[in-house]
Amino acid sequence: MKPHALQRQADLCLKFPSGELEVRNALCALTTRLREMALSADDVGSVELVLGEVLNNIVEHAYGAGGQGEIEILVKRAAHVLRFRVIDEGGALPNSALPEGRLPAMDGPLEAMPEGGFGWYLVRNLACDLDYRRADGRNELAFSICCEGQA
Amino acid sequence: MEFSCSKTSDLLFVKVLAERIDAVAALEFKDSLREITGKAGANHVILDLSEVGFIDSSGLGAVVAVMKLMGNTKRLDLAGLTPTVAKVFRLTRMDSIFTIHDTVDDVTKLYKAG
Repeated sequence: MKPHALQRQADLCLKFPSGELEVRNALCALTTRLREMALSADDVGSVELVLGEVLNNIVEHAYGAGGQGEIEILVKRAAHVLRFRVIDEGGALPNSALPEGRLPAMDGPLEAMPEGGFGWYLVRNLACDLDYRRADGRNELAFSICCEGQA
Repeated sequence: MEFSCSKTSDLLFVKVLAERIDAVAALEFKDSLREITGKAGANHVILDLSEVGFIDSSGLGAVVAVMKLMGNTKRLDLAGLTPTVAKVFRLTRMDSIFTIHDTVDDVTKLYKAG
């Protein structure tokens, strides 16, 4: 991945190989840094939930089982908002568009209860200004999370 | 992934001794719970999540899967949800599917009183 202007502007930058365990470690590293930036526990929780879904989606779908590649996270903090950019070199999202992220139906019988389909719903619920681009064989997803506290 | 279990005449308490039920842990969580609840043969299981600080959609799916494995005649309640875990259950409206107790002590009191 080529370094670019955004990387130089970022307050936080993290790059790691695709994998479930790598995602877990990246989330732990990032939330530690965010707590040091005096973010509230509630805001850190929201960031971890959204990033967790976005990153696991890249591992499971963009790179897929056995797929290898890097994932890069850039974080920029403005007054009351954290702006994230997540970049990978895996496959594009279906139809090159973000999933709608509707909550799965839960009114059926027990055996029909959904065991998945919550990921993009959580992302859309907790993040705003989602923007997905596919260019030069890379996925770039940008989103914002509002937070308390000062810059 | 480790668990600590205690049994009363009617209830099986299963405490998850892990900080995260995420994509790494979801499958192991589901398999372990299947084994624990199957072995104990308990009709009413209380899953104590007070040590769990983070759950993602895979983990949530695994908890739902455990509930489904228990079938219509058995019951799975949750207790001790930490703030981020509670947020996931609230946002996905899974808090309307599960009976959620503030703490394990609440459950003990509830059934003693009953």
